[in-house]
Amino acid sequence: MTAPTPDQPAERVAAPALEMRGITKRYPGVVANDGIDLEVRPGEIHALLGENGAGKSTLMNVLYGLARPDEGEILLDGEVIHIQDPTDAIERGISMVHQHFMLVPVLTVAENVLLGKEAMRGRIFLDTSEARRRIKELGERFGFDLDPDARVGDLSVGWQQRVEILKALYRDARILVLDEPTAVLTPQETVEVFAVLRRLAAEGHSIIFISHKLYEVLEVADRITVIRRGKVVGSRLPDETDEDDLAELMVGREVQLTVDRGESHPAETMLQVTDLRVRGDRGGDRVDGVSFEVRAGEIFGIAGVAGNGQDELVEAVMGLRQPSGGSIVLDGVDVTSDGPRDLHEKKVSFVPADRHRFGLVLSFPLTDNVVLTDYYAEPYSHGVVRDEAAIAKRAAEAIEQYDVRTPGTSMTAGTLSGGNQQKLIVAREFDRDLKLLVLDQPTRGLDVGSIEFIHKQIIRKRDAGTAVLLVSAELDEVLEISDRIAVMYRGRIVDVVDGRTANKEAVGLLMATGGRGEAARGTPGVTT
Amino acid sequence: MDMLFDIPILGILFQLVDYMIRVLTINGAVILALAAPIALGSLCGFMNERSGVVNIGIEGMMIAAAFSGWFVASLVVQAFPDQPKADFFFGASPALVIGLAAAILTGMVVSAVHAWLSITVKADQIISGTIINIVALGATGYLIIIISASSPRSAGRFTPFTPPEALTDLPFVGWIFNMFLNQGPITMSVLALAVIMNILLFRSRWGLRTRSVGEHPKAAETVGVDVIKLRYRNVILGGIFAGLAGAWFTLDFGTSFQAGMTNGRGFIALAALIFGRWLPLGAFGAALLFAAASSLSIAIRTVPPTGDLGGILTAIPDQFWSALPYLVTIIILAGAVGRSVAPAAVGKPYERESAS
Amino acid sequence: MIDRLLSRSLRGQLAITGGAVLLALVVGAIVMVLTSPIITGSLDPWLWAEAYLALLQGATGIAITFDPFAVEFRSLNGVIDSLVRATPYILGGLAVGLGFKAGLFNIGAQGQFLMGALGAVTAGIVLADAPTVIAVPLALLVGLLAGAAYGFIPGWLKAFTGAHEVVVTIMLNFVAIQIISWAVSGPLRAAGATFARTPDVGEARLWVLTGTSGHLLHSGVILAFVAVPIVWWVLYRSTIGFEIRTVGANPDAARYAGMRPRMLIVLTMTVSGLLAGLAGSIEILGVQHYLPAAYATTVGFDAITVALLGRANPWGIMFGGLLLGGLRAGAPLMQIIAGVPVQMIDILQGVILFFLAADLIVRWVFRIRDAKGATVDELKTVTSSYGGSSAPRG
Repeated sequence: MTAPTPDQPAERVAAPALEMRGITKRYPGVVANDGIDLEVRPGEIHALLGENGAGKSTLMNVLYGLARPDEGEILLDGEVIHIQDPTDAIERGISMVHQHFMLVPVLTVAENVLLGKEAMRGRIFLDTSEARRRIKELGERFGFDLDPDARVGDLSVGWQQRVEILKALYRDARILVLDEPTAVLTPQETVEVFAVLRRLAAEGHSIIFISHKLYEVLEVADRITVIRRGKVVGSRLPDETDEDDLAELMVGREVQLTVDRGESHPAETMLQVTDLRVRGDRGGDRVDGVSFEVRAGEIFGIAGVAGNGQDELVEAVMGLRQPSGGSIVLDGVDVTSDGPRDLHEKKVSFVPADRHRFGLVLSFPLTDNVVLTDYYAEPYSHGVVRDEAAIAKRAAEAIEQYDVRTPGTSMTAGTLSGGNQQKLIVAREFDRDLKLLVLDQPTRGLDVGSIEFIHKQIIRKRDAGTAVLLVSAELDEVLEISDRIAVMYRGRIVDVVDGRTANKEAVGLLMATGGRGEAARGTPGVTT
Repeated sequence: MDMLFDIPILGILFQLVDYMIRVLTINGAVILALAAPIALGSLCGFMNERSGVVNIGIEGMMIAAAFSGWFVASLVVQAFPDQPKADFFFGASPALVIGLAAAILTGMVVSAVHAWLSITVKADQIISGTIINIVALGATGYLIIIISASSPRSAGRFTPFTPPEALTDLPFVGWIFNMFLNQGPITMSVLALAVIMNILLFRSRWGLRTRSVGEHPKAAETVGVDVIKLRYRNVILGGIFAGLAGAWFTLDFGTSFQAGMTNGRGFIALAALIFGRWLPLGAFGAALLFAAASSLSIAIRTVPPTGDLGGILTAIPDQFWSALPYLVTIIILAGAVGRSVAPAAVGKPYERESAS
Repeated sequence: MIDRLLSRSLRGQLAITGGAVLLALVVGAIVMVLTSPIITGSLDPWLWAEAYLALLQGATGIAITFDPFAVEFRSLNGVIDSLVRATPYILGGLAVGLGFKAGLFNIGAQGQFLMGALGAVTAGIVLADAPTVIAVPLALLVGLLAGAAYGFIPGWLKAFTGAHEVVVTIMLNFVAIQIISWAVSGPLRAAGATFARTPDVGEARLWVLTGTSGHLLHSGVILAFVAVPIVWWVLYRSTIGFEIRTVGANPDAARYAGMRPRMLIVLTMTVSGLLAGLAGSIEILGVQHYLPAAYATTVGFDAITVALLGRANPWGIMFGGLLLGGLRAGAPLMQIIAGVPVQMIDILQGVILFFLAADLIVRWVFRIRDAKGATVDELKTVTSSYGGSSAPRG
């Protein structure tokens, strides 16, 4: 199609490197892609914008040979091709950097790069010196200096992403697909990756950049294609559009980009964490002397790049991990060595980051899940005897009040959509009198509607006088609803800033560097 | 020396060390032989688990191979009673070689069933192994009962190599030559196989792909490694080692088949693999340790220790020595786990993404 | 609507289980025909019919003859034998099934069964002359405690060191054999016996309800059938059962919900050992009355088949136990009449499991269209923890 693309002389010049025409892919019950057209030119960074579930990933899976389209064709340099599988795609110069990195942590950089396209010495043995030489050469050309013998699991996320890009370059990729590449990066790392992408584009590589972050797309893309519900709903040039326009295209209605968080009225200190130290799974203090306080009626956000000790901090606060030092005081009572059950009984609720792993038992019915943390107490059981009627009544109430869409309470939690699963957890954890609410990435992977709903519920709890501790690697989320924001870097809180006046770039810099740059805080918060 | 032995209490310890060294120098060949089926079983487990498939059916694979190796060799002898015996290759006869091939083939066929259940059907892998153990034990038990009535002749066994005395008589190291060279073909090959597999794992393309498939199959698939095919190939090739282990029982170490004769060796092999950190050479070392524990009971009967130690050791009931390898396994498992990390994808069936 | 949904999936499971049993019988028949030249000296295409009819008669007392055609109920003996044989299978199946529910694979039911037998026989010998109302309960108690203790060991090791229960329990099975061999040929050996065995348990024998010599229905059978609803109630109607099932389905969620996975693992393995130990005690006090040094039994392994047949559900386990009990009870007559060795039952068991695991074959053969498989969901937890990178937390 490309019809809505405005005529620009420069674009007429280059023939498309890749064309996808009328791609349709149906899965049982859904049309994931419905006649999608996409055209990517050589040396172009082409953004593919859409919400979670809009069909971006399916389209790329079709391109990468992971899914076979029901209709439509793919043209490479004007020739129709049929991509059988990833190997086939790679051989044709199409490479993909997945959102969840496809790297083997126990292998070295060189081994990861080699895998699947091994340099050989003879028929059996690997030629690692040749691999090292090529990694060095590519690194020099594109400006990243990777140690070929480093174990990938020991690298930071930003560097792992560079290994992924290196993998693609090693395979002589001409068309590089990046699936949500910035989801796990700090703003600074993002800037660095964008620089790499621009350099690649300048050398003639075509880049498909998948994202749902509007400002990123506007910053890096040469052209933007927006997908909604499996269809292309528009194409734009970054100069001719803005965030509001793109958001409306992407969501299909005018969206409020920020929740109205209203005024907060912080009262007495509810949670006091002092000099907390927590050891990680591999030993070593992952939380290295952290102190902060959360007051009743405020949302205290903790921002930080994943892996800087937030997981260990949350686990320690929630009694899932024993701190190696320091103290945690809840409403004047020392709870440092309390377990999850003790905290639950002291009116602390917790929404974990991984709802499949922690928050729910997917094979259990909604009834059992809705009482997962209360099952042992009245009215759901009397002594050791469960009260099935009381449990069923509670489940029916919860799905009614929190709008959980399901055919019935005896369906298993695994049958619910992600948004409804999270609403079920919110129903369970929010719907009681609380002193402290701990939220770890409460909206990860959810659609805009569910995110809005959950953010409103969080603010409602705050207004009811609950202290809220919000931990998220999504800086946007933290900025959007927190009253105060602490930045965590390498196990320490490096600064606390006011949530309403905080400057995104400044917070991002703190996340990335721990504060060596200029700290641009709005109103100073509490000390570190 | 004797002065050390006379120290109260501590002396017993010195006597024990002295006795263990003597046992090792005298019984080295027996220890290595007993380690062979365990180490081979571990290699079978290694091939499976390094590519992400749990195999607790090694025991069943071994017993099936032990039976078929013996049975096929016996049938050949029955059909052609005058078997020529080679005087160069461990006294090999056609019957023995055909039996060995049958054992290996059986190991591979049973492994193919395990591969199909675990990889294609995506049945629970521990259940798949359990099924193999039950069927193999049941079927060989059934067959040996109906066959023993017609009692076929045994095909005999491979004769151990006799190392030159010039080597075995060397001071201090002679016993090592004896230990590794005074062996049948299967036992003798074990160390070499372990070394080769260890090198291949880290230096070859196959090893790189196998490690990646066992750790992060999806990552391997996205760069064009066929996870399903590699798993199938590795599991089936692993059957060769189980087959060799089975043949060890009836063609190398012994000459006849009894129901249940593998007696848990396939399970000890699993423990050796864990203890050896999923490395062929590590597993080989662990297998030697288990074999040393079980050879102690033999040693006490054949070369009774003297002095205070002898009094103590002979007073301990036989059954304790028989249980020792199993107890050692438990103790090692309890101690080794936590430091020994399994391949990340082990036990998880691979769901291929492509929905064509 | 929900009830209908449940019963539909239940019907699907029953169909698959029934289909698996049927296909296993077909495979068994093929094996018999193929091996008939060795058994009878010539290829006998009808050996399987002879064998299965004998099996049926041995298990139920129903004799079917064809020339002339007649169906005849011979005696209660077959039914009694089947019930007596089913008793340890039901208890053992509950032991293994309970483990499954907690995400544990107790392959050690065999060892716990043996230790239960040893405990019961030891107490039985001591109490051989005591009044039976004291001797029987005490001997049972000692037996089940011995089994519980032997289940506690792998539970504790799993919970606190991460040693995977599959390998540990298999090792303990071998150790149990040696312990029995030592105890029976040593301290417990009966004076004057021609082979190593313990004395008779005397008054600690279980009461006999009915039956004739060689086919006695002992009162332990009742215990097995009482245990079924109890275990069901604990699993599905008590908070402890909810905790056990949660740990089995998702150990991380259990920890998050304030349950204590380590304690639950130890508890479940101990209770599992208790049930297997009870099975061993009943077998010794009800059937054997003494313990030989080389006590040959496979009850603990057969219990795995039973638990899987019943999909770890207590009621399902009851039917699985009855089925296997019947097969075992009928097997001797099959060997006598048809010459097919009783080991055929081992093969049948394994093949039933094979078809349960490879349920796609069953679905294909019988055209069963049901989404849900006949598998035990919690096995995912068992298998994914294999190799034990670390001990469970909490």
